[in-house]
Amino acid sequence: MSATIKVHLAGQLGQFALNAAFEVPARGVTALFGPSGCGKTSVLRGVAGLLHLRDGYCSIAGDVWQDAHHFRPVHQRALGYVFQESSLFAHLSVRGNLLYGAPKQAQDHVIRFDDVVALLGLATFLDRAPETLSGGERQRVAMGRALLSQPKILLMDEPLSALDRLTKDEILPFLERLHESLAIPVLYVSHDMSEVERLADHLVLMRAGQVMASGPLSALQSDPSLPLVSSQEAAVSLDARVEAYDAQDGMAALAVAGGRFLVPSAPLQIRASQRLRVLAGDVSLALAEPNESTIVNVLRAKILSVQESGAHQMVVVLGLGEDGQGARLLSRVTARSWRLLGLMQGMSVYAQVKGAALVRKAAPPRS
Amino acid sequence: MAGLSAEIWQSVFLTLKLATFATLILLALGTPLAWWLARSKSLWKEALAAIVAMPLVLPPTVLGFYLLVVLGPQGPGGALASLWGARTLAFSFTGLVIGSVLFSLPFVVQPIRNAFEAIGDRPLEVAATLRASPWRVFWTVAVPLASPGFLTGAILGFAHTVGEFGVVLMIGGNIPGETKVLSVVIFDYVETSQWTQAHLLSAGMVVFSFCVVLAMMLIEKRMMRRAS
Repeated sequence: MSATIKVHLAGQLGQFALNAAFEVPARGVTALFGPSGCGKTSVLRGVAGLLHLRDGYCSIAGDVWQDAHHFRPVHQRALGYVFQESSLFAHLSVRGNLLYGAPKQAQDHVIRFDDVVALLGLATFLDRAPETLSGGERQRVAMGRALLSQPKILLMDEPLSALDRLTKDEILPFLERLHESLAIPVLYVSHDMSEVERLADHLVLMRAGQVMASGPLSALQSDPSLPLVSSQEAAVSLDARVEAYDAQDGMAALAVAGGRFLVPSAPLQIRASQRLRVLAGDVSLALAEPNESTIVNVLRAKILSVQESGAHQMVVVLGLGEDGQGARLLSRVTARSWRLLGLMQGMSVYAQVKGAALVRKAAPPRS
Repeated sequence: MAGLSAEIWQSVFLTLKLATFATLILLALGTPLAWWLARSKSLWKEALAAIVAMPLVLPPTVLGFYLLVVLGPQGPGGALASLWGARTLAFSFTGLVIGSVLFSLPFVVQPIRNAFEAIGDRPLEVAATLRASPWRVFWTVAVPLASPGFLTGAILGFAHTVGEFGVVLMIGGNIPGETKVLSVVIFDYVETSQWTQAHLLSAGMVVFSFCVVLAMMLIEKRMMRRAS
């Protein structure tokens, strides 16, 4: 039994041709990412069985939900679905909504009611009617409702896109906490790269009804053949572990594969998992180690590949460490600098990182 | 005077009995019909919807005439009646119920259909993703969310049956205790110049109708508030 999510969905949807196939591990968060109208939501609906495409295959960790001969109806698939708008049942209270899909026998609950209420901060409005809640609160209830149906996979269709900036920032920590405390794989549809950089472990890149690439997030972010590297916002997400925290300077030391970063931060727990985001525009290259500089993070790296990006600019893919085997980093340099420094593929360089930000903020307040 | 009021009470009781039977059958028949009309993508659905809506524009006498043919001794109604030894379904309480159901069907189906349509796909999809079978989705999501439509349909169906006259006269005639409903009694009183009785019953109907329309408006208002 393979612990992967295997999907192949093809069909004509009006004017739109969908032909999307991918296989990703059945753990962590997989983001389906692409511009509006590229078929992300159709794929998610297809996985749920809300959309029945005749040519389809879908299996979750060895459990086949659809193939050439069988199509399991939606209500027999162990999934949780969070829609773009929260779609709570107006005739039920928050508690009634949460319990609608929960098994009747309490011993069947792997995900327990009290835990979900605590995790999502729902305790204060359990007995209220959905229409009295704010948009963010409603979406949290919708997530809790999906979780309490004891799903084997969580499908989320842009759960934050209907919310304003502030409400988004209120919900994101809950999603991160969900990610850390539950072992359920998540398929997460989004067109917002900042959400993906914060939440996703794997990425399925879609365009015009097709999958362009799929794989670990950082690998796709630094793949020169994909359009992500040439975007103005090009960045890599690095999984890091907290090694030390200096309370006097308010700096944390974080280890990534092939290097070590010092970043300003609120106090962090040693050995906690964190995620760093480094913009390509914040990384410059030097041939020798700079001696006196305000730039804190200077890392050995090897130039793995280079790509022209727009007029007179290059995007350089670096591998951290002397051998270049560590985590990938992107650097945007001018064509002029590239020429003057005589940079070449395979060269060892020093990457000066002007800014590296922690993308997972402190734990959210429990309400 | 005492005899007259006994006649009035008999007709009131008969009318309420007829309206109750008709409303229950209308709900049982109208609900699946309204659900199908609201959810189906079939091309036939508007044709069926038009047939259901026909009594709205058809003169009651026309409907009554065809019912008389169908329910009479020569029609399928007569054949059905012969099963229990009767000659015809016309001029019987059963015939009146059948006629009322057909005549009031659009008043019940339309509000329920509208209410089902107003729910949209989303709550039904949500329920399916929460492991609810189509049967459970219908009873625990669709029906509760459409409850104002059911209430409106039931009230309209009941009131419309209470007030019908043309169809009743065509297929029911004038048999006291069997088919002689309120509207026919009022007609008789006017025919025989018993104005006091006619006034009494008519005023009662005016008050009844006012209450019905008021109730409907209050329900609608509540429905609008819930929808927003």
